[in-house]
Amino acid sequence: MPKNKALKKILVIGSGPIVIGQAAEFDYAGSQACRALREEGIEVVLVNNNPATIMTDTDIANRVYSEPLTVSFLENVIKKERPDGILATLGGQAGLNLAVELSKAGIPQKYGATLLGTSLEAIEKAEDRELFKKTMEKLGEPIPESRIVEDVEAAVRFANEIGYPIIVRPAYTLGGTGGGIAENEEELIEIAVRGLKYSMIGQVIVERSVAGWKEIEYEVIRDGADNCITVCNMENFDPVGVHTGDSIVVAPSQTLNDAQYQMLRSASLRIIRELGIEGGCNAQYALDPKTNRYYVIEVNPRVSRSSALASKATGYPIAKVSAKIAIGYTLDEIVNDVTKKTKACFEPSLDYCVVKFPRWPFDKFVFADRTLGTQMKATGEVMAIDRSFEAALLKAVRSLEIGAMHILGQRPSGWDDERLLRNLSRIDDERLFAIAEVLRRNLMTVEGVHAITKIDCWFIRCIKNIIDMENELRKAGAELSAALLEKAKKLGFADAAIAVFTGLAEEEVRHLRLKNNIVPSYKMVDTCAAEFEAATPYFYSTYRSCEDEVCPSERKKVIVLGSGPIRIGQGVEFDYCSVHSVWALRAMGLEAIIINNNPETVSTDFDISDRLYFEPLTAEDVLNIIEKEKPLGVIVQFGGQTAINLAGALQKAGVKILGTSVDSIDCAEDRKRFDALLEKEHILRPRGTAVTDSQAAAAAANNVGYPCVIRPSYVLGGRAMEIIYNEAELLDYMERAVKVSAQHPVLIDHYMQGREVEVDAICDGEKVLIPGIMEHIERAGIHSGDSIAVYPPQTLSSRVIYTIIDNTKRLAKGLSVKGLLNIQYVIVDERVNVIEVNPRSSRTVPFLSKVTGVPMVDLATRVALGQTLGENGYGEGLVDPKPYVALKAPVFSFAKMQDVDISLGPEMKSTGEVMGIDKSYSHALYKAIIGAGMNIPEQGTILFTVADKDKEEMCQLAKGFAEIGFRLAATEGTAKALEKFGLEVEIVGKVHENSADILNLIKAGAVNMVINTMSPGKKSAKDGFKIRRSTVEHGIACLTALDTAWEVLRVLSFMHEKNRANVAALQDYTGGMIDE
Amino acid sequence: MKGKLILEDGSTFWGTLMNNGAVAAEVVFNTGMTGYQEILTDPSYCGQIIALTYPLIGNYGINSDVNQSRQCFASGFIADSLCSCGSNWQKEGEIEEFFAKQNLTCLYDVDTRALVRHLRSFGTMRGIIVPDDYDEKTCQALFAAPRALNTVSLVTTPKLYTLGSEGVHVVVMDFGVKRHMLESLQKAGCCVTVVPAFTAAEEVLALKPDGIFLSNGPGDPKDVPEICQNVKKLIGKKPIFGICLGHQLIALASGANTYKMKFGHRGSNQPVQDLRTGKIYISSQNHGYAVEEKSLEGLPLEITHRSVNDSTVEGLRHKSLPLFSVQYHPEASPGPDDNTYLFAEFVQMMKRGE
Repeated sequence: MPKNKALKKILVIGSGPIVIGQAAEFDYAGSQACRALREEGIEVVLVNNNPATIMTDTDIANRVYSEPLTVSFLENVIKKERPDGILATLGGQAGLNLAVELSKAGIPQKYGATLLGTSLEAIEKAEDRELFKKTMEKLGEPIPESRIVEDVEAAVRFANEIGYPIIVRPAYTLGGTGGGIAENEEELIEIAVRGLKYSMIGQVIVERSVAGWKEIEYEVIRDGADNCITVCNMENFDPVGVHTGDSIVVAPSQTLNDAQYQMLRSASLRIIRELGIEGGCNAQYALDPKTNRYYVIEVNPRVSRSSALASKATGYPIAKVSAKIAIGYTLDEIVNDVTKKTKACFEPSLDYCVVKFPRWPFDKFVFADRTLGTQMKATGEVMAIDRSFEAALLKAVRSLEIGAMHILGQRPSGWDDERLLRNLSRIDDERLFAIAEVLRRNLMTVEGVHAITKIDCWFIRCIKNIIDMENELRKAGAELSAALLEKAKKLGFADAAIAVFTGLAEEEVRHLRLKNNIVPSYKMVDTCAAEFEAATPYFYSTYRSCEDEVCPSERKKVIVLGSGPIRIGQGVEFDYCSVHSVWALRAMGLEAIIINNNPETVSTDFDISDRLYFEPLTAEDVLNIIEKEKPLGVIVQFGGQTAINLAGALQKAGVKILGTSVDSIDCAEDRKRFDALLEKEHILRPRGTAVTDSQAAAAAANNVGYPCVIRPSYVLGGRAMEIIYNEAELLDYMERAVKVSAQHPVLIDHYMQGREVEVDAICDGEKVLIPGIMEHIERAGIHSGDSIAVYPPQTLSSRVIYTIIDNTKRLAKGLSVKGLLNIQYVIVDERVNVIEVNPRSSRTVPFLSKVTGVPMVDLATRVALGQTLGENGYGEGLVDPKPYVALKAPVFSFAKMQDVDISLGPEMKSTGEVMGIDKSYSHALYKAIIGAGMNIPEQGTILFTVADKDKEEMCQLAKGFAEIGFRLAATEGTAKALEKFGLEVEIVGKVHENSADILNLIKAGAVNMVINTMSPGKKSAKDGFKIRRSTVEHGIACLTALDTAWEVLRVLSFMHEKNRANVAALQDYTGGMIDE
Repeated sequence: MKGKLILEDGSTFWGTLMNNGAVAAEVVFNTGMTGYQEILTDPSYCGQIIALTYPLIGNYGINSDVNQSRQCFASGFIADSLCSCGSNWQKEGEIEEFFAKQNLTCLYDVDTRALVRHLRSFGTMRGIIVPDDYDEKTCQALFAAPRALNTVSLVTTPKLYTLGSEGVHVVVMDFGVKRHMLESLQKAGCCVTVVPAFTAAEEVLALKPDGIFLSNGPGDPKDVPEICQNVKKLIGKKPIFGICLGHQLIALASGANTYKMKFGHRGSNQPVQDLRTGKIYISSQNHGYAVEEKSLEGLPLEITHRSVNDSTVEGLRHKSLPLFSVQYHPEASPGPDDNTYLFAEFVQMMKRGE
């Protein structure tokens, strides 16, 4: 029972969709919190509209509301559920901001609910810059000289007083959106304008920049009895100036002596006490590397990304403990789950080194500005553990899945000396590789690199140690001795890296290694540096060891491969699938082992699986574990492309792949084999062919006809996929894309603009179960991950649906799928064409599982282990559609990524998704659009600037908007079309045409929404790009597909008619309990 | 050069040997992630081989300002990786140079986690660090050497000295006092006279102190019965504050018992509950002996602090006299400074003239 016995029902606010700065860590934190509350017998009501998460599973909370995270929807839920308490400190900044808004609106008070954990006052003390400054001044904690300003002039005045560089931070934002460092007045004005726009309260802080100082973080927990502990401290590899989410981070700190460590620890305790935080909190400091002077940079009065990292780095479950504190427990009453003997009131001691490495989306956003600063750009991160920094760093690098098995092989290796040295001073995602290359070519000393980068010499020297080993290996070459090999392994070198430097084949290195019994040992993460016996099955590998702590059990076991870091195209949904697969295996009585390296996720929580190996997902690292554990087999179909990509190598090494075979995977991905299958089954597909050079491409394109869709084979999230309208574009593409992946051919398909449909199915080899069909709102050509999808389909004829079912069955059986498969179809003139088949779990599996109630991953796991659908009580074919509608809408992080074009196309750009669910399509659509945070105006002016091909359709659309009271504005050409159609329209100037041009109007707030489509050929792209980006910078909605615009019109009409949506829990929908 | 640690149960851990010593001592481990130099210069480790659980040692070099005593009294040191090129603006030298200067035997490249797991399972035991080629007989001879019983006399100050002249006057009986303990007293408003460990009670009282401080120190409190006798004479005469060995001697002098723990408490992360307030503080600890709770029955001592991990006695107070003591290290160095309030309490106690 909770200490506070009045708490019988608690509302937990989730963090909503995944955006840069707020990713899977809150699924982890939220799931842990919900479970912690339920084990106390508390009824948990969750509001979170992110369908891809474990958290929103109907067995995590008693009542799951997939409703938009807005004050009015939350009020409705509170009104209906009447919780005793509200817990918002585990829902990230989104949850915290909502709690503030709710409290200010008096809603918790109105319904008799208490805000649990940290109080509103404490949140404001930490979040409001002025209050924070006052609080720190009262405590005597130094903060950089700063001023809160509400206009640009004041910012400039302050800078003139204290001098540059000046750092700009907007108040109340995620991941530092809109901030930056200004070296001069011009930059300051630009950043301040943007920052003011992004701040929820129109404030930015301008302050002295301490760029170049050491950045140190502490994770602190305080309970209601004022007991405080620090869970972990962390040191950023990158000095102050890079957002901590974009920094390589090491835990614990490496270059702080005890006095420095304790000085900042004590400051953290003073701060959390003064703020009165109850639960987890994060404090960030800048420490002068030349004196012991420090500044407090930031305090997060909640569980954060760093808390998730600290939890995984130490084994200490911060979210769980925070949840228990929120319901009244004190730290000494909470058991340390790791040791089961000691209490949560202690400070973890690490006997290993942890390295976190951010995963950036620059592989997708190739034109994005790669510079790192105060605005976070990473979509995810990996963590690695070893007994040395060097080994942990190298593990982290190969966990990133950027094609690097070592700090080598990235672009900087190809630069000439001059470019390399020039780039060293630039802070971007490639800096580590550039430093390594500079040291490798001996262009500079450790101290020289330090002087430029300000990265502590200790870290650079560790990189130098790695380079020195490379040289030793090069010298040894094919004569590599066992002793040197062992030394290299101890330093963390992958077999593949040793192969590169010695000139041996990776196989030869592996052979030599195994012959000499040079294998890793596994050690436990136990929170206490081995002081106490621990029960956690949480392990990492090391070659610096004489003892292996892992005793494989005698039980039958299966390894599930996780999905690695969150990136565009492979998000939290694959973690959802991995976790469910683990749960299914455990329910079957098997031992479930998971291998993953993402510290933000539920799958790497130590009590999810029977065993957790926190390791890179490379063939070598995975095989080491397999050789140790000797499982029945490995499941690869739930870990996204990460796991699928390993299937071939594992099978070659004699490992059994459970479920769909490697051959079937290959058949789906190999163009020729797949075409043969389609032919045999008489299934249609867009005309297409595979080519390997420009000449063949041109011929193929002529053959299939323009426009065509072009893409490299073996990709995820549509990387480098484009729609090509003519030969010039085609040749340009071949130039850029084929260089990207020479070993794989490029596929050219005829582009069919039709209705896109997506199906997820489970096949046991004999029977095929289709839980549901999803129809996309946007026409084919926009990546399925960026489309709004609706379940069940709204416009498909029975005949089309029948064909889809039939094709799906035949494809599943034809590919001998044992488990999940995902198929994308395009419907043109009632004809069903296959675009793509993925014989694995997909992005839509969590969504579909939740709305249909079919436990898809559970079934697929059982099937992979040899059970049939029938044995599990499931039949064949399409499951009857439910009497409600659910929509999945994409969410983007464009505000974080400057220079990225926001127009939608075949390349995926979204970072997350939301679900809207209701009885009718309109209601569900309304919830999806509002929930996705699309800033659609209820009135005002809509600006149209569309391609000629869209003008006719646009007129109809504009008419609709005009009818519900919107004013129309358009550029000349578009305006003419509208006027001709009989609509009243204001003509605006094109970009830079006059002072009242589009950009200035957007800036002035005279435009409330923009509808912009691109002409084929992208020739007029520049102006369009400027318009679209300016909508992002100024926070107004910009629709780049007319299909989306139609749906927005529908929502606006819905709102116009004063319809209101009711709230209901997922349990009500799937349980058939929705009241009419 | 290759070396090894052999424990008395025969377990062997190999590593690289620095300063070719052949030493025999009790092997203990400390889980602090920072503060290797403070640990190395803490006289309480006299007669012990210290193993650190944190695997990267020497990262911030050596700085004479943090030395806790005039030299390193430990018999040996065991670590995983040693950093030969530390980085910190306060660095004066490298840890290797420190070992050379102190002529301290160091075995590194050791799987310290495996060692700690062994010690926590089977308890603290004696071990020898020797070059790998030492033969069995030489090793046996090393093991056979008698354990040093006079560690306090090795580490205590040879003669009386004073620090400061303002504030309440405290006589510190130096059983192996850490420098930061003296600084903490000074900071709390004391002027300090440090006397050798075996100074007679009468001589201590003749210094006319406002209070007496019994310091930390190495070894088994039962090894120094003459000091215990002196403490007995001091109780009730002046306000007394004892830390670590001082705390154990107060207990023994009051008629309680102490015992050797399985593997002790050594680290910077040890939670202690102040039973008077219920509040928990994280403490720095270094003790292999503890006061037996049962032996306190019927004595005028009450338990004021307990370990949150294993409930062992961490603090005592006399029921009527101005006397209190803690087993842990409120002076920190290394470790958290959550507990400096105890020095303030001592000063208050002296000021009240209790």
